[in-house]
Amino acid sequence: MTQRLDYLKESPSQTAGPYVHIGCTPNFTGIEIYGGDLGTSMKTGPVKGEEITIKGVVYDGTGTPLRDAMVEIWQPDAAGLFASANETRGQADPNFTGWGRSPGDMNTGEFTFETVKPGAVPFPDGRMQAPHITVWIVARGINLGLHTRIYFADEADANAADPILTRIEHQNRIPTLLAEKSADGSYRFDIHLQGPKETIFFDI
Amino acid sequence: MSPIKPTGGFIPRDRNWQPDALTPPYKTSIKRSPQAALLSFPTTLSEETSPVFGHNILGELDNDLILNYAKPGESAIGPRIIVHGRVLDENGRGVPNALVEFWQANAGGRYRHKKEAYQAALDPNFGGCGRTITAEDGSYEFRTIQPGPYPWPNGMNDWRPAHIHFSVFGHGFAQRLITQMYFEGDPHIKLCPIVGVLKSQEAVDALTALLDMNRTVPMDSRAYKFDMVLRGRRQTYFENRKEGL
Ligand SMILES: [Fe+3]
Repeated sequence: MTQRLDYLKESPSQTAGPYVHIGCTPNFTGIEIYGGDLGTSMKTGPVKGEEITIKGVVYDGTGTPLRDAMVEIWQPDAAGLFASANETRGQADPNFTGWGRSPGDMNTGEFTFETVKPGAVPFPDGRMQAPHITVWIVARGINLGLHTRIYFADEADANAADPILTRIEHQNRIPTLLAEKSADGSYRFDIHLQGPKETIFFDI
Repeated sequence: MSPIKPTGGFIPRDRNWQPDALTPPYKTSIKRSPQAALLSFPTTLSEETSPVFGHNILGELDNDLILNYAKPGESAIGPRIIVHGRVLDENGRGVPNALVEFWQANAGGRYRHKKEAYQAALDPNFGGCGRTITAEDGSYEFRTIQPGPYPWPNGMNDWRPAHIHFSVFGHGFAQRLITQMYFEGDPHIKLCPIVGVLKSQEAVDALTALLDMNRTVPMDSRAYKFDMVLRGRRQTYFENRKEGL
């Protein structure tokens, strides 16, 4: 018998189930506790950079909106710095948390994030990535949380040079990762779990 | 101050170990499972960082589901238990300052939620959610009542084993995890289509907490031990060698 490497296995994931909101956004479900839900606001004061709103809906393979999903986003500030303990490149905007969590609208399932346009962050090899926001989606029926990214349609030059976007085999699916400006000035980023418009999900 | 800084890329997720997206016996997965191949990349700063949650966000009763929704002088009904364990990474190190959130049905198997359709009674003193943040060694604990099994619409008579849902936030967004804890000896474990998405008995065992008589409080609470493992870093940075090995 050889030696063993003795790494532990990651805990297996299980679905968040239909009541993830009880655990992660209890006030949204009417359970008044904690003095409010975490991730409701990404700003704790005046923030630097361009303030933006992102709205979207998570759709299943039949085109039906999910109303029991939870969407979380994580991003750097306008200068490309993360409000994280392991950010070593500088001090992020102290009034910006970089993290948002939304249970979606009770009736329509639409999620809304009031945030700032993220700055660019380098890829491990030093090249700059296009501005993007990391997204994580859990819901009933999703066995393992889904990662994707929001890029911005109005950052065409940066997108064209992005180390990840340029390596995607099916370039015709890239629009699934692009937030587009709507008539009301907000960005639209719908997520399709399945079907012809299926969002590109990341194994990252 | 620890010489080990929690930075560096994460070990890839083992997709042969984690459940697949499409698991037809769990019917809801059928129309909610992506069908295209996932896009694989090494983690970048966007996944290697994550928000920081300070212990100062916690209220005194956040980790006590017996009391955190109860009227003064009253408490939730059901078998009183302590759930405790550690949050570790794949390298076996404790993960400090991890936000751990949990939610569950009451002792009768009923959730406090508008869409809940099970006729078991609500407990007016039980909300069903709590949270805590791990200590320096990755340990956590909370007090609750043992949840009951409940029926759910899938097959015509499917019941969930008793379980507690967990959401865990480590130090990198790539570690983000939601899972469920089951209780040793529950006969529903082997019948449940959601447990059934797990690919091996070893994976089921990894989510099954054992009765821990060493942590019980005599004449008060029994205890269950439940460790959770988050993804680990491929390399560890040292203060005096910032590039890693
Ligand atoms: Fe449940």
